[in-house]
Amino acid sequence: MATTLDKVDVVTVGVGWLGGIIGAECSKAGLKVRGLERGAKRGTEDFFMAHDEFRYAIRYELFQNLSKETITFRNTRKMNALPMRMMGSFLLGEGLGGAGTHWNGHNWRFLPYDFQIKSMTDEKYGANKLGSDYQLQDWGVTYDELEPYFTKFEYTAGISGEDNNPFWGKRSKPFPTPPMKKTPILQRFEKAATNLGYHPFMMPSANLSESYTNPDGSTIAACQYCGFCERFGCEYGAKSSAEITVIPTALETGNYDIRFHSNVVEVLKQGDKVTGVRFIDTVTGEEFIQPAEIVVLTSYVLNNAKLLMVSNIGEQYNPDTGRGTLGRNYCYQILPSATGFFDEQFNTFMGAGALGMTIDDYNGDSFDHSNLDFIHGASLTITQTGQRPIQFNPVPPDTPAWGAEFKKASIHYYTRTLNIGGQGASMPHKENFMSLDPNYKDAYGVPLLQITYNFTEQDRNLHKYLSEKTAEIMKEMGAKTVVAANPLTDYDIVPYQTTHNTGGTVMGNDPAISVVNPWLQHWDAENLFVVGAGNFAHNGGYNPTGTAGALAYRCAEGIINYSKTGGSLV
Amino acid sequence: MVNEKKGVSRRDFMKTTGIATGTLIGGGIIGGLVGYNVNRDKGTTNTTGNQKGNNSSGQTADHPVNVGLKFFSTMTAFNVLSQATERIFPEDDIGPGAIGLGVPYFIDNQLAGAYGMNAKEYMQGPFADGATTQGYQSRLTRAEIFTQGIAKLDEEARTRYQMGFAELEPEQMDEILTAFQKGEVEMLAVTSDFFFKLLRQATLEGAYADPIYSGNQNMEGWKMKGFPGHQMSYIAQIENEEFQKIEPQSISSMTH
Repeated sequence: MATTLDKVDVVTVGVGWLGGIIGAECSKAGLKVRGLERGAKRGTEDFFMAHDEFRYAIRYELFQNLSKETITFRNTRKMNALPMRMMGSFLLGEGLGGAGTHWNGHNWRFLPYDFQIKSMTDEKYGANKLGSDYQLQDWGVTYDELEPYFTKFEYTAGISGEDNNPFWGKRSKPFPTPPMKKTPILQRFEKAATNLGYHPFMMPSANLSESYTNPDGSTIAACQYCGFCERFGCEYGAKSSAEITVIPTALETGNYDIRFHSNVVEVLKQGDKVTGVRFIDTVTGEEFIQPAEIVVLTSYVLNNAKLLMVSNIGEQYNPDTGRGTLGRNYCYQILPSATGFFDEQFNTFMGAGALGMTIDDYNGDSFDHSNLDFIHGASLTITQTGQRPIQFNPVPPDTPAWGAEFKKASIHYYTRTLNIGGQGASMPHKENFMSLDPNYKDAYGVPLLQITYNFTEQDRNLHKYLSEKTAEIMKEMGAKTVVAANPLTDYDIVPYQTTHNTGGTVMGNDPAISVVNPWLQHWDAENLFVVGAGNFAHNGGYNPTGTAGALAYRCAEGIINYSKTGGSLV
Repeated sequence: MVNEKKGVSRRDFMKTTGIATGTLIGGGIIGGLVGYNVNRDKGTTNTTGNQKGNNSSGQTADHPVNVGLKFFSTMTAFNVLSQATERIFPEDDIGPGAIGLGVPYFIDNQLAGAYGMNAKEYMQGPFADGATTQGYQSRLTRAEIFTQGIAKLDEEARTRYQMGFAELEPEQMDEILTAFQKGEVEMLAVTSDFFFKLLRQATLEGAYADPIYSGNQNMEGWKMKGFPGHQMSYIAQIENEEFQKIEPQSISSMTH
């Protein structure tokens, strides 16, 4: 028998960046907000032991415990989907701050092209550039409409950067803090890229170049370049994240609270509105109902989609008929790259998650695709994130994977290997989607989410073309041996690639091909909002957080308006 | 001829693994000989002459009393593990190998805990064979896989050479490990290549994890690699063109 709690104005499911932003904005506007977080409370003081690669990066200290919940996966519909039993391809978060606690801090705005990709591609290259299996669609919001919210997120997070990239959208304000240090490794990339006629610039970073106090009054410290960012929490409070910014902001209003160890298993719906959520206290096992005027799903991409599926809200996408929108347009990230082996030694163990230089000369539609067999592209970046010894054992081609030769080479090249990597765009394909698994369940008896995904022709072509381009830059940097990434084959869930899953709860102007409207309001329930990279109609050539943050700020404005007027926001 | 070769190989083996003298109990090399000992006064890893003070129970006078087996229950199995990890990460002129770094004890520790029990992995059935792209689908825990895999290494050695794995020539060990790596050895409910992957990964983890986990003895793994471990900040050094040699520090320095 579930215990029913007192009603709140707004409940968010999950308290990371997105739940924190919704919480802060709505509570500042006077709404009573409760965040339900399935994990534990944690903050800067919990990260003093973070310089421990084994515990955090290898044994996944901060991530979701898969024994309780995972996903199932298959490459194609012909295969039997099986559980992801060990963490691999992507690292799901859990706990206060979510995956935003252990991100690297690459902070981007998707390109103007991204938001109108269908109309702009059709206009320039004709209506059938990729073929009908690719489900390109505009997002229902333009870059210009989103610009103020990008700015708002960047000023909350204190992003360090420089506005000298000719290919990205116009910025209404300068970066809140100057770029990070241009280290010798970065300078080498800058020189090589410039020699080749490209336009390198410092990557926008959420590891801050200097101490910064944001408009809400939260202070973020200056980065110390300690080399422990991704997979770690920052013991300095120098990596901008929800628990040092928007969450304290929300708590200070007195209108916000967080209930921890609260795992939401269902969104409750009556007629054409939702009434609240049902959750399980993971400590006591007790079941609760949290009634709310407005429900906002702010958990990770995969869980947002799963919750809608198990709650029977919206129509499941069916790849046979093309009908249904929930689970549609699941995308990932394509990662072209090249590795360079050098004679000289570099301080590769020093760094910061978002210490890097980038070119966008091959991103979006910065270059002509008329004679190419793909669209879009990738930001190409050299990062100096801090290489750690268990994970980083680079060896030149034809070196054995173990034994005397391996030991010698992996030790020698540990400080003599650099990598240029692309965050490549991923286009939606009719065979790539999310659904509910019919066989496997989580610890609470709820079905697991099932992912059907494989790389497409578009992906393989983009990857090959851009890996060659990155290899040219690496050669120009003076590497003795340059190895471009192997061509893409089938997507493999085992090796870590990236935690940039997108889609499944796509935004748009047309309810036939989107789950939420451009304010992220559900088409089938006006008091339900779904926020995150799940809203992306495709994945762009950048890391997703900056764009997800902007969408959350815009959504918060929509929620506040809705709380006054009700009804559809479009 | 065979015996002669065996005699030579025993000596060569001792030499290549840095283990002196042959105090053998029940056909296995005693625990004190796996090079775990640390001469704390000199701050160096003792990978050689710790034969001093051996007693009949296999302990050495300077063997730390907080080091022992928590998972494996026979020295035969532990020695197979030790030799296999040493072949994956051998001692050379750069520095110690897996044994000298304490990797076998590290792995033993790990298998006795959450890692061995797959505490954070999804282990609900039904179990089915999948494509390689779908990853780990075994019903076995890592502890069960290691138990079986280590026994299988020894069994394979006896089939091929009529000797235990730990007594083989290095090249013979490599041949068997390669057969595992290629998935050529029959195992139950798991493939031999998957076991080999686990073994290789665990060996690297033990070589380079912070010494608080009982591998990477005296931070020798980090010293070889030029990784300074836990440092508070590189803000003053990161703009230097020259490579920075920094004395490594363990995260244990945060607690005392």
